[in-house]
Amino acid sequence: MSQEIKGGPLTRLIMNDKAGRKLLLVLLLVSVLVPLSNLLVPEGSLFHVSTFTMTLLGKYLCYALLAVAVDLIWGYCGILSLGHGAFFALGGYAMGMYLMRQIGDRGVYANPELPDFMVFLNWTELPWYWQGFDQFWFAMIMVLAAPGLLAFVFGVLAFRSRVTGVYLSIITQALTYALLLAFFRNDMGFGGNNGLTDFKDILGFDLQADTTRAALFFASGIALIGGYLISRFIVTSKLGRVLVAIRDSESRARFLGYRVEWYKLFVFVVSSMLAGVAGALYVPQVGIINPGEFAPINSIEIIIWVAVGGRGTLYGAVIGAVLVNYAKTYFTGAFAELWLFMLGGLFVLTTLYLPKGVVGLWAQIQEKRRSSSGGPGGGQSATAEGKV
Amino acid sequence: MSIATPKHIDHPTVLYMNGVSVSFDGFKALNSLSLFIEPGEMRAIIGPNGAGKTTMMDVITGKTRPDSGTILFNDKEDLTRYDEAQVANMGVGRKFQKPSVIESLTVFENIEMSLKGGRSVWQALVHKLTPARQEKIDEILDLIDLKDRQHEEAGSLSHGQKQWLEIGMLLGQEPELLLIDEPAAGMTDEETMKTAELFKRLAKKHSLMVVEHDMDFIEALDCKVTVLHEGRVLAEGSLETVKANQEVIEVYLGR
Repeated sequence: MSQEIKGGPLTRLIMNDKAGRKLLLVLLLVSVLVPLSNLLVPEGSLFHVSTFTMTLLGKYLCYALLAVAVDLIWGYCGILSLGHGAFFALGGYAMGMYLMRQIGDRGVYANPELPDFMVFLNWTELPWYWQGFDQFWFAMIMVLAAPGLLAFVFGVLAFRSRVTGVYLSIITQALTYALLLAFFRNDMGFGGNNGLTDFKDILGFDLQADTTRAALFFASGIALIGGYLISRFIVTSKLGRVLVAIRDSESRARFLGYRVEWYKLFVFVVSSMLAGVAGALYVPQVGIINPGEFAPINSIEIIIWVAVGGRGTLYGAVIGAVLVNYAKTYFTGAFAELWLFMLGGLFVLTTLYLPKGVVGLWAQIQEKRRSSSGGPGGGQSATAEGKV
Repeated sequence: MSIATPKHIDHPTVLYMNGVSVSFDGFKALNSLSLFIEPGEMRAIIGPNGAGKTTMMDVITGKTRPDSGTILFNDKEDLTRYDEAQVANMGVGRKFQKPSVIESLTVFENIEMSLKGGRSVWQALVHKLTPARQEKIDEILDLIDLKDRQHEEAGSLSHGQKQWLEIGMLLGQEPELLLIDEPAAGMTDEETMKTAELFKRLAKKHSLMVVEHDMDFIEALDCKVTVLHEGRVLAEGSLETVKANQEVIEVYLGR
C-alpha cells in the first residue's frame, strides 16, 4: 500500500487498485451496454436485455452501492453497523416523497396537493415535513441530508460515549427497528404500512417507459462507480490509514493523538449518505418504498453480502452484493422456503472457511497457481489488499 | 489551563504529580502519589506487580481520571482535564507494555501516521507526503534500524522489532515527555542494551519515564530510580541507594 502515497490522485484511486480497476471497467461497460441493448437491440435478439432484467440488475447495482457503504465503515474502521438498511430506506423515502408529489392530481382521489393516503386519512393539508418535496433538487438534498443527519446525531451520541463492538451493533439494530415501528404508523405521514407507491413519473418522464428505466439503470451504475471512487479516495488517504488504526487498535490511535470519535463520525456519515443515494435510486426502479425496508433482517443481509464478497476491499463488497442477490433471486424462485436457511448457512460457511470472502479465495487460488508454476515473488502482493 | 493547586516546589518540572489518588471499587490503586520529573531527565520506575505503575501512566495520559490530586505538565497544563488524544497532542507520548503497532499497515505507514501534526479529520484526508516528512520518516527508520523492512506489514516484525517500531512512533510524535512501559520485555540482551543506549541519547532532548522490571536494563540506563509500592512512592534515588533501602528489600523479598 505504501507506493500509493507517492502517486498522484489518479494513481492512488485507480492505478494501484488492479482488481478495482477491472471492476470499474466492467461496471462502466454494463452501465452503458445494458441500457443500449435494451433500447436499440430488437426484442428476440440474443443480445437484447429485457426491461425486467435491466431493472433487476439495476437493483443489484443499488445493493452494491449499499454494500460499499457498509464495507467502508466495517471493513476499514471496524464499525459493524447492523442498521444500515435504515439509511438506505431514508434515502428511499426522500425519493419516494418526491415521486408522490409528482403524481399530482392523477391519484385516485385526484387531489392536486395531497397524496392519496393523506386524503384517505382525512388530512386537509400537507404536513410541514412534506413541504419542498415537489422540487427535485430539494428531494435530492434530502436524500443525502436525512440519512446524514440521523447518522450524525447517532454517531455523536454513540462514538463520543465510546460505544463499540457488539453494543454498537445492537443499538444500530435497535435504531432501524425503532424506525420500522415508527414508519408503520399511519399518523407519521409516510403512508404507514403501504408506504409510498403508484409513482407516475420522475422529472416529467414516465417511470414505466423503457427509456426512463434505462436512464435510471445508467444512473445507478454511475452512482456505484462514484461511490466506489469516493470510498477509495477515503481509504487510500492518511485518513484511511487512521481508520485502519482505529479498527486494529483503537487505544493506540487515541494515544497517537487522533480523536477517534470524529474519525468514526466522519466515515459513518459519509457511509450513511452513500446508503441514502443507493436507496433513492432503488425506489424508482422497484416502484415502491415501505417500512419493510427498515426490517432488521435487511441490514443483516448487507453484512452477509460484504462478508461473502470479502471485507475491507470495497470491490469485494460489490461482488458479494451481486452474487448473493443473484442467488437470492434464483433460489427464492426455486425453493422459496429454504432461502433464509441458505443465507444463514452461507454466512456461517463464509465466517468459518472464507474469512476474506470470495475475493480472498480468488487471491489464494492465484497464489497457489503462481507458486506451483514456480513463478517468482508469488503471494505477498495478492494478500496485501484483502487483509482484514 | 489554570493551575488547580499551587506547586509546592520551586524548580521547573516537566511532570508534576502531587497527592494523586485513584481507587477502583475501594481498592486504592494510587495512594497520594507524588512524583516530579525535571526537563531532560530520565527516570526509571520499578515496583512489584500491582504497585500502580500502569494506573499512574493512565492518569497522566488522560485515560483514567484521578479522584484527587494535581498533575501538571510543564508547570502549566492540568492533565486531569484532558482526554488521551489531547494529552498526546500536548506532547506526552506513551508506549504500551504489549507492543501496539498497527499490524496491517506497513512499518513506513506506522511511522508516517505518528508524525506530529495533522490530527484533524480534514488534514488527514488531504495529507500529502512532503519531502520534509519523508526525511523525518527516514531519520526515524534509520534510528530504529527498520529501513530495509519499511514496506513490510508491521505484523510481520519480530517482537523486539515491534517494540522498536513503537518507540519510533513515539519519536515521530516529537513528545516532550515519553512514558515507556517495559520496553525491554521480549528483547534479546543485545537489543536491550541497544535500547538503553537509545534512551540515554533521547534523554538529552526529551524527558523519559521508563517502567521496567529488568534490573540490568535499569542499571544500563544509569539514572534516578523511583520505587512504587501500593500506589505510592516507597523510595527514590540512585539504583544503589534504593537497593540498599530496607523497606525496598522487604517489599521485593519479604513475602
